[in-house]
Amino acid sequence: MTFVEYKQLSPLQRFAYNFKKFFKNIPGAIGRFFKACGTGIVKFFVGIGKGFKNYGVTFVKGDWATKLSYLIFGVGDLHKGKYYKGILFFLSEVLYALYMIFFGWNWFKDFFTLGTQDAYTTYDEMGFPVNHAGDESMKILLYSTLTLVITVLVFVIYIANIKDAYRHQIMRANGEKPTTLKQDAQDFLDGKYHITLLSFPVLMIGIFNILPLIFMILIAFTNYSKEHFTLFDWVGLQNFGQLFDVINSSKKATTFIGIAGWTLLWAVVATFSNYILGMVVALMINKKGIKLKSLWRTLFVITIAVPQFVSLLLMNQMLQENGAINILLGYLNGGHNPGIKFLSDDVWVARITVMVVNCWVGIPYTILSMSGILMNIPEDLYESARIDGASPVKTFTAITLPYMIFVTTPQLITQFVGNINNFNVIFLLSGGGPATKEYFGAGKTDILVTWLYNLSMGNEQDYGLASAIGILVFIICATLSLIVYNNSKSMKDEEAFS
Amino acid sequence: MIKSYKTRRIIANTLIYVILSVMCLIWISPFVYLVLHSFRGEGYVSVNYLIPHEFTFKNYIDLFSGAGGDAAINFPRWFLNTFVVAVFSCIISTISVLAVSYALSRLRFGARKKLMNVGMILGMFPGFMTMIAMYYLLDAMGLTRTLVALVICYSCGAGLGFQISKGFFDTIPRALDEAATIDGANKNQIFWKIILPMSKPIVVYTVLTSFIGPWCDFILAKIIMGDDRANYTVAIGLQAMTTNEFLQAYYKQYLAGSVCVAVPITILFLKMQKYYVEGVTAGGVKG
Repeated sequence: MTFVEYKQLSPLQRFAYNFKKFFKNIPGAIGRFFKACGTGIVKFFVGIGKGFKNYGVTFVKGDWATKLSYLIFGVGDLHKGKYYKGILFFLSEVLYALYMIFFGWNWFKDFFTLGTQDAYTTYDEMGFPVNHAGDESMKILLYSTLTLVITVLVFVIYIANIKDAYRHQIMRANGEKPTTLKQDAQDFLDGKYHITLLSFPVLMIGIFNILPLIFMILIAFTNYSKEHFTLFDWVGLQNFGQLFDVINSSKKATTFIGIAGWTLLWAVVATFSNYILGMVVALMINKKGIKLKSLWRTLFVITIAVPQFVSLLLMNQMLQENGAINILLGYLNGGHNPGIKFLSDDVWVARITVMVVNCWVGIPYTILSMSGILMNIPEDLYESARIDGASPVKTFTAITLPYMIFVTTPQLITQFVGNINNFNVIFLLSGGGPATKEYFGAGKTDILVTWLYNLSMGNEQDYGLASAIGILVFIICATLSLIVYNNSKSMKDEEAFS
Repeated sequence: MIKSYKTRRIIANTLIYVILSVMCLIWISPFVYLVLHSFRGEGYVSVNYLIPHEFTFKNYIDLFSGAGGDAAINFPRWFLNTFVVAVFSCIISTISVLAVSYALSRLRFGARKKLMNVGMILGMFPGFMTMIAMYYLLDAMGLTRTLVALVICYSCGAGLGFQISKGFFDTIPRALDEAATIDGANKNQIFWKIILPMSKPIVVYTVLTSFIGPWCDFILAKIIMGDDRANYTVAIGLQAMTTNEFLQAYYKQYLAGSVCVAVPITILFLKMQKYYVEGVTAGGVKG
């Protein structure tokens, strides 16, 4: 379709066209994603190959100090007079060796078995029981992961050490002197400023985000659960298998299918109800001639400003059998309290209640973002429409609506992902209830992430299964986000404004 | 014709006013209910009418003086705990966020794109998937049930939330950096003396967001603190008051406590929103 043809369409047709184009793009986007993954992997291996080549070439060309750096960190730097760096390299090797000898290896040697010895009791010659601690798989896995991460880091230092030794060798051959500590310190405030800025946050993220994440991904391939609490084992893909085991209709598979379906329905309804209703309210507030705009907006925004554990727990209290809502209904009903169990009796009553309350929580978010967009619609568009004699209805359908839909489509997907992960609303409001015996450790309004929480903190503890669910949720969210990410303009013209 | 158009508009506007008023009533009334009942004098848990008969400050006084019969419920202590945690995690988070977003926005280095992608992918894992691992990690460090652990939890991942402030930094013209570099400033000086002073709205926004976080979080605090009630934050403390053990005696104090947390946080949030809008629009104009 050419630009002219596009311009001749009515707003509704344009919307349909964009809508169709968006969904038509999805397979392409997924294809591109996998292609990017493929080229990424190829690049990765080519990089490794190059690394090996450089590794060999440097060794052949290096002098004795550079060659010795392959065994003892920092010798090359020390030999060339770059003392502080040489000492740092050497220290890191010593520390790593000490760590491995006294700590790391003891844990890592059990990594592949995750421990074999259960706790046991023997009796000494007097007949008193002596308790022996068995292996603790969890600790073995945790410290092995730590050891792995540290080993990778030390390997990076090792390569840096070799490169640095060779660089200084070449500098000496060219008659240059190595830079002093002071010059290097200056450089960390200028040319290498990104290292200064990023090292602390990256370190924190590495220890407290990436390390636990690797650990939990590994857990997904074990049978760590209430039954195997101290001693557990690698089980391969068994956890994932259990989730998709529809043929035997095991309890876990039934739960997964049920909850995944509800999660999807929940995310669709929550996203679109908030989007449409929020847009209507935002349009009403921003309509010309409506006074006290900021007051209206503030009144709505208070709902999201109040911490959710206050507002949602309050809602939970109000929806109880003798809570405020039932009392209010009683007034309307002529003084007779109907005593509806909104959250704990019927499945669909509870589900609809959760969705309605989610509107109460979610619409203000839409109002906030929509108001910003509405104020940004160029005023001259309206002016020229007025000069052309367009009616308010016409202006709305021809300018406001298409503009809004165009700008906010990517936001829809982000909100959809957000709703899949919408933990608070379910957890604080219904707590997953009404309870059911059909499900494994979940209630009828539980979504995937609250189920994940129940499996790690609730009564039915099955950490392996919980991690498997986490990985599945990640895959769903990542695919959706990547499609948006690939199509969003702000990512492509990152430097449009600078 | 003109007159009918005018009347039509008046009718439309009145209709909108009515709809908006009704909706605002629905949106606000739960909070009005909360405030009214936090002053309720009579009854224990729930009463079968909407407007209390007797108003008193007793619930608030009891809440802060610790009257109520159980030493485990110590709201002033919880408030102080949360405040301390919020201040420290706010400082660490703000530094992390600004450092990361400045580096990713204004500096050019090899791994920049890769770091941004890794950050995006990390952000897509469900947050509490790592809870258990986090718990054991903190346990191995001997930190569980301490406020330090909470500060770590709230601020460790802060660097991943760089998008908004990076977006702001992206809009500051690069010519400024170039001019400063010609004048002999290094990257460090540019950051402190040029970019930061220009970024007040986004700095305030970052500070307020990271300060509000600990007041609203519920899950992490609950996992880390377990049943060590002395180290509770307000969120889990208030939730503890609604458990069966304390509900009868503490329900009205719970309502009062909710008001005490909700009011300051709401004010801060509205302030934050203002700075957010200011930051975003200010950035746009500069481009």
